[in-house]
Amino acid sequence: MSNRLKEIQRVPDEKPRRPGFKPRNPRFSAGEVVLSALVLKMYGSAARNLARLFDHKRDGASSRAEPSVRAYDRDRDPERDRVTRERWGTALVAAAYLASATGGVVFLISYWTGAGNAWLGGSLALFLGGIGCGLVFYSHKLMAKREAVEAREELASSPAERERAWQDICAGAHDIRRRGLLTTVAIGAAGFGAAIGVSLFRSLGAPPGRSLFDTVWKQGQRLTKMDGTPVSIDALEQGSMMIVFPEDSIGDEKAQTVLIRVDETRLRLPEGRGNWAPKGYVAYSRVCTHAGCPVGMFEATTDLLMCPCHQSTFDVLRGANPTGGPAARALPQLPLYADADGMLRAGGGFTEPPGPGFWGMPS
Amino acid sequence: MIGLLGRWFGRALDRRLGLAKFVRRAVNHVFPDHWSFMLGEIALYSFAILVATGVFLAMFFNSSSQKVIYHGSYRALDGVQLPAAYESVIHISFDVPAGLLIRQMHHWAALIFIAAIVAHVARLFFTAAYRRPREINWMIGVTLLVLALANGFFGYSIPSDLLSGAGMRIGYAILLSVPIVGQWLAFLFFGATVPASVTVPRFYSLHIFLVPALIAALIALHLGIIWRQKHTNYPGPQRTDRTIVGSRLWPSYTAKSLGLFFLLFACVAALGGLVQIDPIWVYGPYDPVAIAPGAQPDWYLGWVEGAMRLFPGVNLRGQRLVPNVFFPGMLLPFLIFAVLYLYPFIDKLIYFDESDEAHNVLRLPFEQPFNTALGCAVLMFLLVLFFAGGDDVIAMATDSSVVDIRTILQALSLALPPLTFGFVYILCRRARQRRSASVAVTTYEHAR
Repeated sequence: MSNRLKEIQRVPDEKPRRPGFKPRNPRFSAGEVVLSALVLKMYGSAARNLARLFDHKRDGASSRAEPSVRAYDRDRDPERDRVTRERWGTALVAAAYLASATGGVVFLISYWTGAGNAWLGGSLALFLGGIGCGLVFYSHKLMAKREAVEAREELASSPAERERAWQDICAGAHDIRRRGLLTTVAIGAAGFGAAIGVSLFRSLGAPPGRSLFDTVWKQGQRLTKMDGTPVSIDALEQGSMMIVFPEDSIGDEKAQTVLIRVDETRLRLPEGRGNWAPKGYVAYSRVCTHAGCPVGMFEATTDLLMCPCHQSTFDVLRGANPTGGPAARALPQLPLYADADGMLRAGGGFTEPPGPGFWGMPS
Repeated sequence: MIGLLGRWFGRALDRRLGLAKFVRRAVNHVFPDHWSFMLGEIALYSFAILVATGVFLAMFFNSSSQKVIYHGSYRALDGVQLPAAYESVIHISFDVPAGLLIRQMHHWAALIFIAAIVAHVARLFFTAAYRRPREINWMIGVTLLVLALANGFFGYSIPSDLLSGAGMRIGYAILLSVPIVGQWLAFLFFGATVPASVTVPRFYSLHIFLVPALIAALIALHLGIIWRQKHTNYPGPQRTDRTIVGSRLWPSYTAKSLGLFFLLFACVAALGGLVQIDPIWVYGPYDPVAIAPGAQPDWYLGWVEGAMRLFPGVNLRGQRLVPNVFFPGMLLPFLIFAVLYLYPFIDKLIYFDESDEAHNVLRLPFEQPFNTALGCAVLMFLLVLFFAGGDDVIAMATDSSVVDIRTILQALSLALPPLTFGFVYILCRRARQRRSASVAVTTYEHAR
């Protein structure tokens, strides 16, 4: 874990004390007295139960068990067994109860003193776990095991009963059928109700229309960095990249574009894109064509763009064609040109709608 | 004293509601004693914990995506502009007393909830508990699993951190990939292209109202049907299709079950207090331009993520486009759940079960080699996919290339399931033969 995490966890502890903070008068409030008395009583009863375990004289029997012999000893005293079992059971339940009470006390103290999350969770776990263990011990050690065997009742009704039910329904239905109007009304109401319900679903979203095909970029727009400065033709070294946006929609998720400068001589762009890469600048949509994650990583040695979500790779030199991983379509390319001032501008929109594919997409 | 009061109260209730008969039947209701019957209970109790902690969280959560400035005790973000949803979760984590504990407990309980349902479904499958008369309850259970998965997704999507943003985009891409209606589905469900400001409020509403209400209603129905039909029994002495063997609801089963509840609650509290989960302050707020490598969804969606990573990069192109995301992201889960829903009826075909009688004694896994082998093969497939969901993490840990890991996992996903099927099938057959041989010997000795 990083230092950052440690820093995070330290923060709540560093609460500055209020100016003028004075230690409290060390008298106990009524609530504290009652609480302490309760806790003491719980501890007392638990301790008494525990103590009984070691009190060998009671019941006149030694509680030391010799299981290997006992298991086969037909003459063993069942009464003595029961007593031993009961004692151990009681002791376990009492111990669980003690642990639980301790957890409860620690939780309350932790909460009211603003202690950290680990104290709260740990003590709450102790409190609840104590109760849970106590109950489980109780049922396993102290309750009699009686296996119950019962006959299942027949679920199905008799044919006669079924027939009677059907007759009753038919008798009622007859009334409805006789009044044909009622049926019509019911069907009509159901139809309108369904239509209204379905229509309301329409409120949930605008119809997709052409919005999925919109590529945001327009002819002549300047390539702009996240901070709003336009990108010039000598902004990048060969083998480096940056994220750019159209000048009027900076930060737009769909318009995000990766601008890379590569060795011009090695570019093998698809036909018709010859003049799209001035001085080796290529620009591709940064939204993965597979599942829409930002294609965040560029490796200059292999000229590959990689999507960190599902590890699809795209060959930057060959029009960002997919070379590995689940992506099946190339990243849409943005045509580029440099204007008279040496600023990079878009020569049009993306070659395809950016982002993951859909049914209506031109193929 | 308590006895007297109880009697008085009981009489008062009985006079108004006529409860005595039902209560008497209830306390004597027989539950089988076997640990595997507790899996469903764990799911039920996790749901209770989820509701309790969720109500607490909902009092502080704000689903808006408006930018607000955070002021609080988490210094690293103090004075930083954040989406309101993210800010409110930071506030819960650092400034609400015990807020972080409750939030982490909620997330841990969700993971346990789904794990318990999956284990429960597996137990029912491997013992053929879905047979007549329990087909309906099986289908309700599978529906509950689907709803739990969906609500888990909604839940970790709403804090608007970087990770949940990535999950939401992928969900959007999957929905968009559906042939013909995909565009409409995606726009109606997410409100517009992701990220849309309407999506988180919508997910929040689904997460805390609709889906939990459906889950609660279906749980009630599920339990009601179990109560009516009673549990199954594992095979054993006195256990037949017409009997039920176990301990009575009151007092031993109640004590055990309550004990289980408290122990589960304790585990969740310990995890929530001691084991960090979903530290959104480390991920940072959602930023459409940023992405974190090595991002994984919660465990129960790992298999979908893995399938998406392993599926080869081939689109189905004709007149129209079927993006390949559709097959691993939509079709695979659909097929798996379709088979799960229909399995009670598929089982009848496989085992020539034409009887009209109720099956109340379970089949042991080795008594149904085909089912067991099929179940194991599917689980193995899902396991490989689960690991594929973290192929980049595996590659980083083993210092190898992602491409190699992916190729290996692709091969394993095709090879391991059939191998598992064959291996388990043979194992079950041999176990069955051995068992029937030993039964024959015992019977022979009895006859002598």
